[in-house]
Amino acid sequence: MRLLAFLARRIYQSIFVLLGLSVLIFIIARILPGDPARTALGARAPQWVVERLREDMHLNDPVPVQYVYWLRGALGGDFGISLVTRRDVANDIIEFFPASFELVLLAGIISGVAGIGLGTLSARHKDTWVDNVVRILSYMGVVTPAFVFAIILLLIFGLALGWLPAIGRLSDGIPAPPTVTGLMTVDALLAGQLATFWDALKHLIMPAVALALGALSQEARITRATMADNLSKDYIATARSLGIPERIVMGRFLLKPSLIPTVSILGLDFAGSFSNAFLVELIFNWPGLSRYGMNAMLRKDLNAISAVILVLGVIFITVNIVVDLVVGGLDPRIRLRAARSE
Amino acid sequence: MSLSAPPRLLEVKDLSVHFKVYSGVLKVLDGVTFSVDAGEKVGLVGETGCGKTTTMKAILRILPIPPAVVPRGEILFQGEDLLRMRPDQMRQVRGPGISMVFQDPTASLNPVFTIGEQLGPVIRYSAPENRGLSRRQIRQKALIPLQDVALADPERLLDAYPIQLSGGMRQRVCIGMALATNPELLIADEPGTSLDVTIQDQVIRLLGELVERKRTSVILITHSLGVVREMTDRVYVMYAGNMVEVAPTRRLFANPLHPYTRGLMEAVPKLTGGGMAMGIPGRLPSYQHPPSGCRFHTRCPHVMPVCRREKPPFFQAEAGHQAACFLYSPEAERHRNEAQA
Repeated sequence: MRLLAFLARRIYQSIFVLLGLSVLIFIIARILPGDPARTALGARAPQWVVERLREDMHLNDPVPVQYVYWLRGALGGDFGISLVTRRDVANDIIEFFPASFELVLLAGIISGVAGIGLGTLSARHKDTWVDNVVRILSYMGVVTPAFVFAIILLLIFGLALGWLPAIGRLSDGIPAPPTVTGLMTVDALLAGQLATFWDALKHLIMPAVALALGALSQEARITRATMADNLSKDYIATARSLGIPERIVMGRFLLKPSLIPTVSILGLDFAGSFSNAFLVELIFNWPGLSRYGMNAMLRKDLNAISAVILVLGVIFITVNIVVDLVVGGLDPRIRLRAARSE
Repeated sequence: MSLSAPPRLLEVKDLSVHFKVYSGVLKVLDGVTFSVDAGEKVGLVGETGCGKTTTMKAILRILPIPPAVVPRGEILFQGEDLLRMRPDQMRQVRGPGISMVFQDPTASLNPVFTIGEQLGPVIRYSAPENRGLSRRQIRQKALIPLQDVALADPERLLDAYPIQLSGGMRQRVCIGMALATNPELLIADEPGTSLDVTIQDQVIRLLGELVERKRTSVILITHSLGVVREMTDRVYVMYAGNMVEVAPTRRLFANPLHPYTRGLMEAVPKLTGGGMAMGIPGRLPSYQHPPSGCRFHTRCPHVMPVCRREKPPFFQAEAGHQAACFLYSPEAERHRNEAQA
């Protein structure tokens, strides 16, 4: 019951955050220099055609009125049509979002598992060569942009070794599964197409790893720092002094309190990947939301920009709620404090 | 070689512990020697930072290595050297052999697990026959140590988190956990120091009753000479990583020998007589560059030339009463004359 109340409150709060965000992105989109209608139609379109499009897009109305038109559409899932491709923006989002989601999800899983694993390893062997190797590698991982990893991976595994396909989500000639979730691997499994699943997974690995390496390094560093810190806590000495086996001391009594900061970072990395995946999606020719959004910005495609930013806002809010739930689940102090403040 | 001597439960011989830190080596323990007999209650006193807790952690082998190293020494527990044990053998000593109550009960309990989640594994791994028990059975057994330490409503306590308990309750839980393994030897490191005085008194009394009933041997580390007097059979005095005096408790209070022990006793404010309590001038020496010879010579009012040259061994003053001080050497007279020459 308490959980439901928490969720209801957070969703209620989120509505205001999203409204604020919508005002912001609407205003930013309108004050960008240049005429969207002219951009959409090209330099050679006659003036009267441009005028008619401006009228259709309510561009001649006052800005608050424009906002109301836009918000009414957005609430109904109608973000208008792309000024560049003339396609329905909502349809574009539905098409591109799952590709990004699949990519970011796998990257998140890889970074979480490997980051926490490496951080634990490093903390257990604190101040030994294992620790030093992990620390140096993770430092390099933090400072190296994802697109550099993408290019290196592409050169090694895509070109030199030829183990993994370089671009796209599926190879030519492999039948795409019927769309259910939009996640190629999941849809292939649902349809029982194992060959398709395998092919889709192979396409997914390189971009996901490229995207994961930075976050992974960050998470490994945080996990190591927290664990090394907690390792010197009295409760660990107590657990050991009472004869509890080392695997339980490490895997339970040390791990759980040490995960709390990592989970927060993991959430931020996960949400951030949606917008940061642009170059990775570009390099691997991945039909994702990040690439779509960046293209929209370069072409001043107002409707698409607004829609993408709003979707990113919803992602951030959702991830934050999930992170709060997980952290609350890990840490009774937070849970009990929240219960007391109600 | 006398076979009839009572068996030593714990015998620590010439134990040294150093810490390798960035700026050099801290020689914290410098040849610590002491023993505990079966059924005995031994006190350990000394000022903060003198190495009491380090000694105890070294015995349980829970010092972080690195930075800690144990360059020499033996820790015989029931005749076996703990320093030579494999980690899995050592783990079986912890708990049923030796267990420990740490100074700060709040820090000793894991904040993100319930009392039951923390007590459960202690019970499960404290005896081989508990290994196969179900969760329910373990939970049932976990009620007993909580009842032992006189905590009300233990059933509900098992599902409580440490943050939901008072300081006194946390301390009781820690004592209950340490005794839940039925240890041969309990190390109690300043129990209750972080609590207010009345609660501290209750906790110490409770601890005394429990170890009496269970016939557990105890090493009690404390700052409070009153507690030592009340609870222990024998006392060791520690200074800067060395044992400096040992005596039956009553003898030590009647006739403290080592200049440090005397200073320690005079540092206690008295209710009668008025005036300020005397302290010991100076501070604990640096462990990185400890004083040569006797580590106390920099603060000692009776310092002699030999104290700067040699580390004093234990000199027997009377049965069971020894002091590591050249004042009690058979050649004390000669040492003193050397000073005047």
